[in-house]
Amino acid sequence: MSIGEYIRETQLWKSIFRHPAPYDRRNRIVVMLTNFFLHLHPVSIKQQGIALSYTWCMGGITFFLFLVEAITGVLLMFYYRPTLEWAFRDILSLRDVQTLGIMREIHRWGAHAMVITVWLHMYRVFLTGSYKPPREFNWVVGVILLVLTLLLSFTGYLLPWDQLAIWAITVGSNMAKATPILGSEGPGYQLLNIGNYPLITPISDARFLLLGARNVGEETLNRFYILHCVAIPLVVATLIAIHFWRVRKDGGISQPL
Amino acid sequence: MLETHPDLTSSVIFGLGWLYFLLFLMNAGWTVRAYKLDLENKFLSGISGSHIPSAAVWAFYSFLMLMTSIAHFTGSASPGSFLIRMPEIAKSGIDWFANPVRYFVLSIGLFVGVVWFRKQLVKPTVAWSILNVAILFLGLSMTDYDFRLIVGKPDNVPIVGMLFILGFFTWLYFKRAVDNDQRIKDGRPLFEQEKNDKILVWPDLVYSELICMVALTAFLVLWGIALQAPLEEPANAAATPNPSKAPWYFLGLQEMLVYFDPWLAGVVLPSLILVGLAVIPYIDFNKRGNGYYSYEERKFAVLTFLFGFLPLWVAMIVLGTFLRGPNWNIFGIYEYWDVHKLEAANNKNLSDFFWLYWPTGDLLGGMPKYDPQGSAANMFAMILLREWLGIVLILGYFMVSPIIMALTVFRKFYVKMGFIRYMIMANLLLWMAALPIKMVLRWTVSLKYIVAIPEYFFNI
Repeated sequence: MSIGEYIRETQLWKSIFRHPAPYDRRNRIVVMLTNFFLHLHPVSIKQQGIALSYTWCMGGITFFLFLVEAITGVLLMFYYRPTLEWAFRDILSLRDVQTLGIMREIHRWGAHAMVITVWLHMYRVFLTGSYKPPREFNWVVGVILLVLTLLLSFTGYLLPWDQLAIWAITVGSNMAKATPILGSEGPGYQLLNIGNYPLITPISDARFLLLGARNVGEETLNRFYILHCVAIPLVVATLIAIHFWRVRKDGGISQPL
Repeated sequence: MLETHPDLTSSVIFGLGWLYFLLFLMNAGWTVRAYKLDLENKFLSGISGSHIPSAAVWAFYSFLMLMTSIAHFTGSASPGSFLIRMPEIAKSGIDWFANPVRYFVLSIGLFVGVVWFRKQLVKPTVAWSILNVAILFLGLSMTDYDFRLIVGKPDNVPIVGMLFILGFFTWLYFKRAVDNDQRIKDGRPLFEQEKNDKILVWPDLVYSELICMVALTAFLVLWGIALQAPLEEPANAAATPNPSKAPWYFLGLQEMLVYFDPWLAGVVLPSLILVGLAVIPYIDFNKRGNGYYSYEERKFAVLTFLFGFLPLWVAMIVLGTFLRGPNWNIFGIYEYWDVHKLEAANNKNLSDFFWLYWPTGDLLGGMPKYDPQGSAANMFAMILLREWLGIVLILGYFMVSPIIMALTVFRKFYVKMGFIRYMIMANLLLWMAALPIKMVLRWTVSLKYIVAIPEYFFNI
């Protein structure tokens, strides 16, 4: 009896995996049904459905990059404090001192890569007509995930608190000032008022809501940090689950009818 | 004299040596492929060796790349006199496109060219040649100081990578689509329907996923080691950088700010892009082309999407990233970012044209004015009078042109889609067309706003 076989015979191993190793057809099917992580997949699939030249693997890569971002992000949170005093210095020390400093590189390049792979995933899904019935709604979920990916990247852009960060966010968030009706420099902001008392002012408009202040400052840093690390990831994780679930429920990966 | 902005340094030449060596390796492999194909062709057609086999051409080209590579490795001692560099005439030729009109025409031209010549483009040899040209262009451009400065910015590196990846996948799409279009024409089964048996997910899919994850992790770690994440000076609210740019994926939107006010470019148009994307499945009534690559089966949908994605989104990001410099002026990729570069901007509103310049201007004698201290109703009426032409044009554009289109070019669409779907699609198309239309108006007649009501921040 080899050592591998011995381990697979122990009570501990059997209690975790519940079935013999996937060496024969029956157990290769069983493993897909009994493993939590694998049960996302169907048991069997059409050959063209997993052909790289058809799928480009971009959705899968995007999900994997999301996981990479989550893991490196948690590690970075150990080293980073979102305050005016520490934010920039903590990033400096990640670059120059900390052993796990490369996590920041992986996190940033992974984020750029994720934006690109989301676009390519959408590109592929469009070009194969995979949004057509019965997959219409999953396309809509995908569009929301695209927006959230961009917002994740945008909120993260501020956190290093360097010139690149605050000015990119300043340029980006200045747009909110021009929101129709809800922005203090948007068309129709005069419409919202009580008597002569205006409701939409520079300290109560869409941009203020986004920044938590008149200008990009410590309140913004805190706000973006929470959005970046907690709020948006929770929504994204939920929507990813729905997205995957719908792929299965809508008949698996698209195929010629 | 020590040059502060050297086009070539020893390390650049040395690095380029590796790039040309990579080109040599790639094309040596390609030569082997061409040789095998040559043999097959000879066997099949029985042609005697009177013509030049394509393997010989590729072998010669690979050899040339190897020699270039060696020249780089040995010639890096005196960078100033190194000869292999982008010729000045080519630089000024390429920089000639650093102008919004020429750039936009070029990107539309490329887009039309790709679609038009798709059947030639999908041939592997053609695609391979284009890839070679692109890498050579990048390599030669690296011999320019200003090009390195802008392309070498850490956050810009992913965009260069994206362009190659996007080019590849667009090519792959057309290759598969042209193939399937021919199959449909011949009545053969689709590519996706051949060799399409059911297989077990374990091991085939699970292991591909594992390999993909390992490879990606390795790729990210290597990328992280090779290129440090950018970190500039500490944030300083008093020192505005020139230019101030949004994150790269929003630069298409920032580019729209040149032509539209923030409420349109920054809020309404982005929202409409997202709404437009989300409603695609509900307005595309074409049942064909579901689950396989095709072009002929769904020309209108594919062309609209590609037009929105390639020239209007990606090309605008490229423009914003690589060409927009200080004061949001356009600079060539080999041009020095001169802060003092001046570009005359003398744009006029449609109401200026109507009340002041056109023959109507002489007759009417000036712009309608209102007393700022006067009644709101008077002010409102005068603004409406002042901007009546623009307001009529905008209302006509969004309300009348869908009807005209329904009666002419989109007659079939209207019948199949019904009123609501058709109106949504028509309006989204009109919004999409609004950007190129405004661009052309700006370039040709220096039009600033069609409707200009700065009193209410309402400028179109």
